[in-house]
Parts: sequence; structure tokens; C-alpha cells
Amino acid sequence: MAEALGFGHSVKRKEDARFLRGRGNYIEDIKFPGMLWLDIVRSPFAHAKIKSINKEKALATPGVAAVITGADLVPYKLAWMPTLMSDQQMVLPVDTVMYYAQEVAAVIATSRYAAADGVAAVDVDYEPLTPVLNPHKALEPDTPVIRADKQSNRIWHWEVGNRAAVDDELANADVVVAEDIYIPRIHVASMETCGCVAKWDSVEGHLTLYMTTQAPHAIRTVVALVTGHLGLMEHKIRVISPDIGGGFGGKVPVYPGYVLATAASVLTGAPVKWIEDRTENLQADSFARDYHIHGELAATKEGKITAMKMGVVADHGAFDSAANPSKFPAGLFSIATGSYDFQKAFAEVDGVYTNKPPGGIAYRCSFRVTEAVHAIERMVDVLAQKLEMDPADLREKNFIQPEQFPYKSATGWEYDSGNYPAALEKAKSIIGYDALRQEQKEKRAKGELMGIGISTFTEIVGAGPSHTFDILGIKMFDSAEIRIHPTGKVIARLGTKSQGQGHETTYAQIIAEELGIPEDDVAVEEGDTDTAPYGLGTYASRSTPTSGAATAVACRKIKDKARKIAAYLLEAREDDLEWEKGKFFVKGAPDRAKTIQEIAFAAYTNHPQGMEAGLEAVDYYDPPNLTFPFGAYICVVDIDRGTGQVKIRRFVAVDDCGTIINPQIVDGQIAGGLTMGMAPALLEEIVYDENGVNLTGSFSDYLLPTSVETPKWEMDKTVTPSPHHPFGAKGVGESATVGAPPAIANAVVDALAHLGVTNIDIPITPPKVWAILKEKGVAL
Amino acid sequence: MNVTININGKEYSDDVEPRLLLVHFIRENANLTGTHVGCDTTSCGACTVLVDGVPMKSCTMFAVQANGKSITTVEGLAQNGKLAPIQEGFHEKHGLQCGFCTPGMMLTSVAFLKKNPHPSEEEIRWAISGNLCRCTGYVNIVEAVQYAAEKMAEAQNG
Amino acid sequence: MIPAQFQYAAPASIPDAIALLKSNPDAKILSGGQSLIPLMKFRLAQPAMIVDLNNIGGLDYIREQGGWLKIGALARESELEDSALVREKYPLLYDTTLSVADPIVRNRATLAGNLAHADPANDHPATMLAYRAQVVATGTSGNRTIAIDDFFQGLFATALASDEILSEVQIPAPVARSGGAYFKMERKVGDFATAGVAVQLNLDASGKIEQIGIGLTNVGLQALRAKRSEDALRGEMPDAKWIERAAMFAQEDCEPNADLRGGVEYKRNLVRVLTMRAIEKAVARARGNG
Repeated sequence: MAEALGFGHSVKRKEDARFLRGRGNYIEDIKFPGMLWLDIVRSPFAHAKIKSINKEKALATPGVAAVITGADLVPYKLAWMPTLMSDQQMVLPVDTVMYYAQEVAAVIATSRYAAADGVAAVDVDYEPLTPVLNPHKALEPDTPVIRADKQSNRIWHWEVGNRAAVDDELANADVVVAEDIYIPRIHVASMETCGCVAKWDSVEGHLTLYMTTQAPHAIRTVVALVTGHLGLMEHKIRVISPDIGGGFGGKVPVYPGYVLATAASVLTGAPVKWIEDRTENLQADSFARDYHIHGELAATKEGKITAMKMGVVADHGAFDSAANPSKFPAGLFSIATGSYDFQKAFAEVDGVYTNKPPGGIAYRCSFRVTEAVHAIERMVDVLAQKLEMDPADLREKNFIQPEQFPYKSATGWEYDSGNYPAALEKAKSIIGYDALRQEQKEKRAKGELMGIGISTFTEIVGAGPSHTFDILGIKMFDSAEIRIHPTGKVIARLGTKSQGQGHETTYAQIIAEELGIPEDDVAVEEGDTDTAPYGLGTYASRSTPTSGAATAVACRKIKDKARKIAAYLLEAREDDLEWEKGKFFVKGAPDRAKTIQEIAFAAYTNHPQGMEAGLEAVDYYDPPNLTFPFGAYICVVDIDRGTGQVKIRRFVAVDDCGTIINPQIVDGQIAGGLTMGMAPALLEEIVYDENGVNLTGSFSDYLLPTSVETPKWEMDKTVTPSPHHPFGAKGVGESATVGAPPAIANAVVDALAHLGVTNIDIPITPPKVWAILKEKGVAL
Repeated sequence: MNVTININGKEYSDDVEPRLLLVHFIRENANLTGTHVGCDTTSCGACTVLVDGVPMKSCTMFAVQANGKSITTVEGLAQNGKLAPIQEGFHEKHGLQCGFCTPGMMLTSVAFLKKNPHPSEEEIRWAISGNLCRCTGYVNIVEAVQYAAEKMAEAQNG
Repeated sequence: MIPAQFQYAAPASIPDAIALLKSNPDAKILSGGQSLIPLMKFRLAQPAMIVDLNNIGGLDYIREQGGWLKIGALARESELEDSALVREKYPLLYDTTLSVADPIVRNRATLAGNLAHADPANDHPATMLAYRAQVVATGTSGNRTIAIDDFFQGLFATALASDEILSEVQIPAPVARSGGAYFKMERKVGDFATAGVAVQLNLDASGKIEQIGIGLTNVGLQALRAKRSEDALRGEMPDAKWIERAAMFAQEDCEPNADLRGGVEYKRNLVRVLTMRAIEKAVARARGNG
């Protein structure tokens, strides 16, 4: 029999078996007899009136079954749909398009090829309108309001902290620094695009929706809310999220394509498949970031930070379809106080409509945490520069100290645990910080440009406690249902949904740790709303903090019952029994024992009179707090003075995600996260021209790093368990994406700091760097 | 047009439009869905298959162009139920997360190791630079290829 | 992204292919297809007919003959990359090939297609200018040789008639003390050049530059010859002063457009920097220490 390994073991992934053989089951692999294909006509303008849509040529195209326009959806009240942020968004426009590549009509045909021909044959007559593209301009009083259903281009204003106290400190402090920092619009660009297969059963009035979603249960509820008036009730909806080819937040929102495929299936009575191509994915799916930040820090002349102020203009595009907990329109941006101990902080964010695609998702981070971390980590470096202090020394001077946890931040968060000095010390020692500073000095004397950048970030993940966190009123708990079969084998079902994180393996390891049942004996299922317990899904590094916790708690409930059965079988008192991984034994008589497998068998065959049969438990885990993973990253860059090219020479990442379940998976998450942190720091950006046309609509211009641009990451850990999580884990999937960009930006700015450079906005491209080199007179 | 394509040792014949992309023939006509589509611009390599042993992006080739050719897809890597060294490497070294790029990555690597059985890390990084991965940061993919190289060398010597 | 419908023919010989082109003036030639097929998927190209050359045998050669390196229309980039002859004797061509697209694309893409597509962003046109190569166009009335300077005629435009096929590329075999190099700035693997500079030169017995060719990638509507730079260096010792002067001419004479890869001023500067580096590398190779 296989052994139960549990925590700390690099158990090889259970899910690999199918992926290695090409037997994964992704959305595009799902097909049914008679299935139709849906393809979408998209707007070539960022803002335009629709004068007419002529379907005739399309309907005459061989294979085309139907063409759906916004006007067709109006009678069903489906032309608009609600967003997670209490806004509404168009499924198809009736008279005005609001952004480039917006869905304008859907063509349904017998094949993918016929649908594409149909799309090419739909004739739309537009009258272009002037788009509003700059969010600052959108807020000016004489700028037209772009939404006919709104009074203002300002969506909302959100603030936290004590403005007066902060302003007072900024007015009176020894030292104040301020900087404008723009974090551009980027795209998650998971290797698999989005798509669905909608299968309507007109006899049963039942919808099965196979869909690329990170949150199948929440989607089921949303679909019921959107279509309830048409008679589609939640018990008649089954959402199945199959294998997902990467999510990173991009598969949280509901896109018009999903709704259109569902409507098309109802209309035609056939299953309908919609699969985005890459261009649609990059041009129209939800973006991340797009935060225009003004940061200020106040400090004593000795370098003790005394106050922080952050002001943000957040470009949300034409609709606020951000994916945030409902009470957090700006996500968790208030974590911008970072790893530092000061008690005066104020942050405010204005959400703004522009003629760009809607969104505001995470890109492999917890809600807006990357924006917050980038802002504070850059500002700390700006302050260090002003004070002429080493940025490592300034950080050490301001860290929240280990004994201060749990630590209440100025913006109201209670950090659960941390040891920031230890992580930084470890990173410095691995990279040889002092020697690098010496080398930099020597290089500078020779005119060579080398920079060292630090990021000592704190994340806030695992949303979240029900008193604060909900999505459309649904509390952000998550769940596990564990059932032990008579032979001691296990099926576990979770409310989350893996997109590559390795849930089938890590959840099995939690069960192995808790119950001593071998990982091989555990089947893990997610993503089917008919079978899995209700949960909010996988994003914001919440799976281990929530469903992982639920798994442990459910195991402990099972263990409680198992103890009773063991006592009965061993004819002992319950409190005379001791647990050792996988078995109960009588204290002082270790050979009088019952294994969990024997107990499971008895639960169905020989359980005590009066006890329910079976051995299973469900837990809906409401975390008492969020978790606060952290890390210390140090990056070394060299700059080519001829071309402006930045080369990452070394990058050391010391992460602390609390208790580690599977070290290999954790390292895999960090390496991937670092790469997705490096990408927007150096390469990725969604760019629009002056007409609002997306210029980066393919992988030719939206630049994902290859193996060649990606450095060889050097990774290490510290372990500071979360005190409130059942086994001390914090979540790790996103730390590196959050922590890496400022380390890189700080390194580049550090290379140029002696020339008076204080900030360079990401992505730090060669032309940007070269322009600075030229201005400062150091270009070759 | 009628085409016959040998995929993983089995012949698939069908009457297809000239514009049918090879990847769609593989996925839909031959029903082998391990080969994926990740972009429109021959950039990502998720659709990489071996055409007469040479890695090619099957979304940038018409099915009619593969008429009479032999193609290997991910489904053809394991032999008699035994994983190929490259598959073992990806498993042992955690070279995959979501699995979407994995088939293309493995096929590229298989052809590369045939040409260069003892590659350096840098050579591996260049060899897989036509295949994008969004999850792993490539570290473990490089190690997976190294693992396969070692396994294959052992098999040769043993 | 699905191409529009088209007729497809895969002739077995060049005369058959030419006959098809003659009777179908809207036909497009398909060789590697790594540029054409994506354009067709975006429906930016919608040819009524595709004439696929890939079934024509005997066109994949890479051989030296009569003082020329001759490369057949269907020789793949990866075959150039794997050719010991190219690697050892034609380092400029080798550098260029390695910088084209990515390794998988290179398994399919051809040098001839790279030239015939006449995209100023393609890498080989500048390299062929530097080599002073020539191409063989085969048409109804047989073969004609076109000097590379006459071949490129603007954006996506060449001297080929609609019923002609670029059947062979001819690169002069290097004389003694020759060296060449291609420097390309790209944002990532697979990208077109922000700018690229190809240099091929040879030194005389005294170490002076005897002959030099410099081609520029993606800084004009077609690949450009940096003529003033060549003239400035010919007959001179390749010392820093002259190299800088030549590079300055290239910077002044190129005609880049601003795009996502950079502004005009940046690209001009890049041409200067890359020209210097490429010349230095080519000289080092000519001296046998590159």
C-alpha cells in the first residue's frame, strides 16, 4: 500500500497523468452531436452609433443558422447584464458601441469555419463618435458623460484612513517625497482563451453550461439571477468548469460570449460552442491594473516613515465589471502601507469610465494588491534616495517587527504574522548584497550602469471573513466535502477550481496529513456545481486559506467520528485513545489499534448502535482573518547604454507563505509568478492609439516572455505560519507576481539614481530607458 | 479535397476544405484533442506537432499540406502505455501546471533532444523559445528536458 | 481566426507552378507560409488561389557552386541553421537565420519566402544587401537573375512578375579575410527587429577594408543599403573613428517610423549603435577572431 506522505513532501502531481498524454479535458475538447458554433462580430470603433446592422448576407452564407443582435435580446431583457460591482454591462449594444472590439452581433453556424464566414458577411453601419480615452480628462467637467445611463464619468470614490492627520504630517514632516506612478493596463493572456459550450434541454428546461470559469458556483447563481425572469431557475442550471488552461483572474468575469452562447442554445435548441480567438481575448476580455497613482511619504530625517498618502485614478473602461469583493471597489489597495510600521495613512481611489474594454481583474494577484505593493515599494525607494540612505537600511528601519504581530495597520487590517527582517536578511545574504553595492560603486566610476532593487512586500490574500467579504451578498467562505468509502478510499469535493495550481495533489496531501490516508487513495473533484459543495472559487490565492482550511476541518470532523468508532471497536473509552497518523490506539498499548481504513469499513459494517452509518463530513470554512504572505526580493540589472536594454543578471526571491504543503508545487507557483511579475515590468502593456484602437491585439505585440527573456530565478523560503489557519498556510500562487515588479523597477531606477532619476513607469522598455540615458547625457 | 494523414501510426482520411488548418484536422477530424490552439499569429507553439519528425506549428499549416505525411502528436509519445522520457521528466520535475502548453513543449523537446542529446541549459532555453508557457516560468520545463536527456543517455548506455 | 476560402494547387514542378500562376493572376505562392497563413487567418490576405510549392522536389539545396552559395526556394531556415557550410563560411547568414522568428517557425520558413514577401521587417533582405546577393526568378521564359538592389521595390513589393517564382538565392562566396555579422534588437524572441544591421566586409592584406556591404532592417519601407556608410569605410582602416563616422551616416540615412518598438530618434540611434557593433564584429571575424 502507498504511504500517506502529507505536508512537506514534493508529491508528484496526480493531475499530470492526463495532461502528459494529451487527455486533459479543456473547454474546446467538449463536443456534442449537432453542436453549433458561435462567433462574434466586433466593433472597429471605440465609440460609435450603430446606424444599422444588415444580417442578410450572413444569413445567406452556407452553414449559418442565425444572427443575433442587441435588438434581438431586448425583448428578453438580455441586452444588458449586471456586473459583480453593481454596475451593468452590455451583452450586445442596441444603439451605441462603447469600446473597440466590443461584441456587436453573434453568428451561429454549423461549423467554426461557417461561423467565421458569417461574421465576415454581417454588415454594420457605424457613425463614429469621439471616444473618451484619458481617465483624467474623463473627470473634467466639460467632458461628455460616455454612459447614457449614468450622470458622470466618475463611477465611485473610495477612501480609507485619516486624511487630516496625514495631510498634517505631510505639511510638517522633516522630509516628504511625492511621485506619480502609472501601472499600465495589462492582460492575463492565459494560454487557453475563454469559451463555453451551452447545452439547453428544452424538455427539462435545463441548462448545462461548460465554461472556462474560476468560480462555477458563483456563475450558476449569477446566471440564475440574470435569467430568472425567463424561468431558468438555479436548480435547472449546471455549471461545469472543465480543465482550465490558466486563469490568473481572467476567467472570473462573465463575458458577453457566455451569455450569447446560452441564448443561442435556447434559440436553436442545439448545443452551442463559443471559443475566443487570441485577438478577441486580448482586445475585449477583462484587463488588469490601469492605475494612475500619486504617492506621498513623510519621514523623519533619520528615515522613520511617519505617514503615507496614495491617490489613484482607476480606469475601468466602459463598464465597471471589475472582479472584487462587493464592499471593495478598489480591491484591497489599502494594503499599500506594506511591511512598514507607521500609523498615519490615507488612500483614495476614483473609478472612471472611458471608452475602453471593461474590467479590472487581478492578473495573478489578490484584488489590487500588486498596485498597492508597487506603489509603496517604489515610494520607499524614492524616500531612500532623497534621504541618501541604502534602501535596505531604510526598510529595516521601518519594518513591522516580528513581536508586533498580530499587527493592526493604519488602514485597518490585522496582519496575522510575519518576520520581515529575517526574509530580507536571507535575501541579502544569498545575493551577496554588500559585495554588489561595492561592485556598483566601482562600475559607476567607470560609467557602467548597474542597479540593485529590493522589494519587501506583504500580500493580503485568502478572502475572506464573512463579516467583511462577499460577492453580490454571497459570503466568501469556501468548502470541502469529504467522504470515506468502506474500503478507506476517499472522494473529496471542493468549492474551488484549479487552473493549474495542482489542487488534486495538494488537497490530497492535506487529507493525507490529517487522516493518514495515502494521497493515492484520494480522488479530488472540483468544478461541477451538481456535485461540489458551494464555494466562491479560486482566485486571490484563496484556495489553500479557505478550501484548504475547510478540508482540514472536515477531516477533523471525520476524525472525531472515527474516534467514537475506534473506541467502540477497541472497547476503550474515547479519551483513552491516541491518534497517530492513520490510526487510533489505546494509550500505553500501541498494538491495540484501529487504522482509519478499518474504522472506515466499520462505519458501514459494524458501527455502534444509534450512530449514523458512513464516514463523511462537509465544512464551509469562514476564515477568521485574511492571510498575509510576504517576501524579500532582490534583483540585479545591467543596462546597455547603447540600446537602453535592461538585463536581469540575478533575481533572488525569498518567500514566506507559512506552512508548506508541497515544496515542489510551491516553487513552481513562485517561479511562474516571478515570470508573470517580470513580464509587465519589462514587456507587457495594452496600448491604444488616439482613436482607442487596440494596438496590442496579438502575441506579436502583446509580449509574453519566452524562456530566453526569463531569468533563472533563485528561490528560497522562510516559514512563518499563519496563527489562525488550521494548519498555518497562507497561499502562494500570486506572491511573486506581486513582489517582482517593484524589485525590477527599483533596480533599474537604482542604476540611474545617481543621475537624479526617481521613477520609471513599467513596462521599462529600451526606448524609455534610452530616452533617460540621452537626457542625462550618458547614452553611448 | 481528399487527404490522408498518418497520425501516431494510424491513417486518417477525410474530404476537407483547402483552408482547413492542420490543427483542426487533428483535433476535429481525427478527434485527437491533445494538440491545442493558443494564438492566431504562429507565436505560442501550443499547436506544435511533429511533421515527419520535425516540430511545426499546426495552426500555420493547412491540412492539405500534410497529405501523405506522418504526424506525431502528444497522444503518440507514450509507447505501449509507457511514458516517454520527456513525459517522465515533465512529471518528475513539475514541468507543467495548467497543461495547455505541455504537448507542444514536449514535442519540441523530443525533436530537439534527438538533434542535441546533451544540451546546455542555455541551448534548451533557446530550443523551447518558440513555445510560450504562462504558468511555470520555464525553470521546471528546462529541468524536465534535462531529466529526459539524462534518461535517454542512460538508456543508450545501459 | 479562420481564412477565407480559396482554391488550392500543389504542383509537382516549377513549370506547372508557373502555368498555374499565369492562368490565375490573383494566386499567391505558398512556401513556408509563416507570414502568409497568419495574414490569411486575419483575412488581411484573401487570395483566390494558393499555389503551394512544397510538393516540388529538389528545391531544398544549400550548396556552393561557381563562386556562389546557392540556396533553393524550399531550403528551410532551420536547414541553414544546421548547415556546417553556412555556420563556418557565412557567419552573417548564420546570425541572421538564428534571429528569424523562433525555432519552430524556422522549421517551416524559407529564406526565399523571407525575401519574396519583401516585408521591411524581415531579417534576410538587409543581409542579402550586405552580401550583394542575387536571386533567380523563374518564369515562363526561363530564368533571369536579379541583383538584390534591384529586387526590393518598396513595401511588400519586388521585381518578381506575378507569374515568376523566386527559385534560388545566390550569395557570393567569401574571399579571404572576410567577415560578417547581423545585429538585431528585438523585444523578445519571435519579434521583428526594432532595427537590425547586417554587415559583410573583407580586409585587404594591409588590414584596410576592401569591400563592405551594410544592410538595414525595419528602418524604412524596404530594407535599406547604408551606402554612405559603405563608401566611408571602403579603403579605410577599421578604426573607431571611421566606424563611428560610418555608423553616424547610417543613423542619418535610415528612414524609420515610430511604432510600438520605439520612436524615430530611438531607432535612428539604435541603427548607429548596432552598425558600430556589427562592423566591429565583422572586422573581428575577418581577422579570424570573431
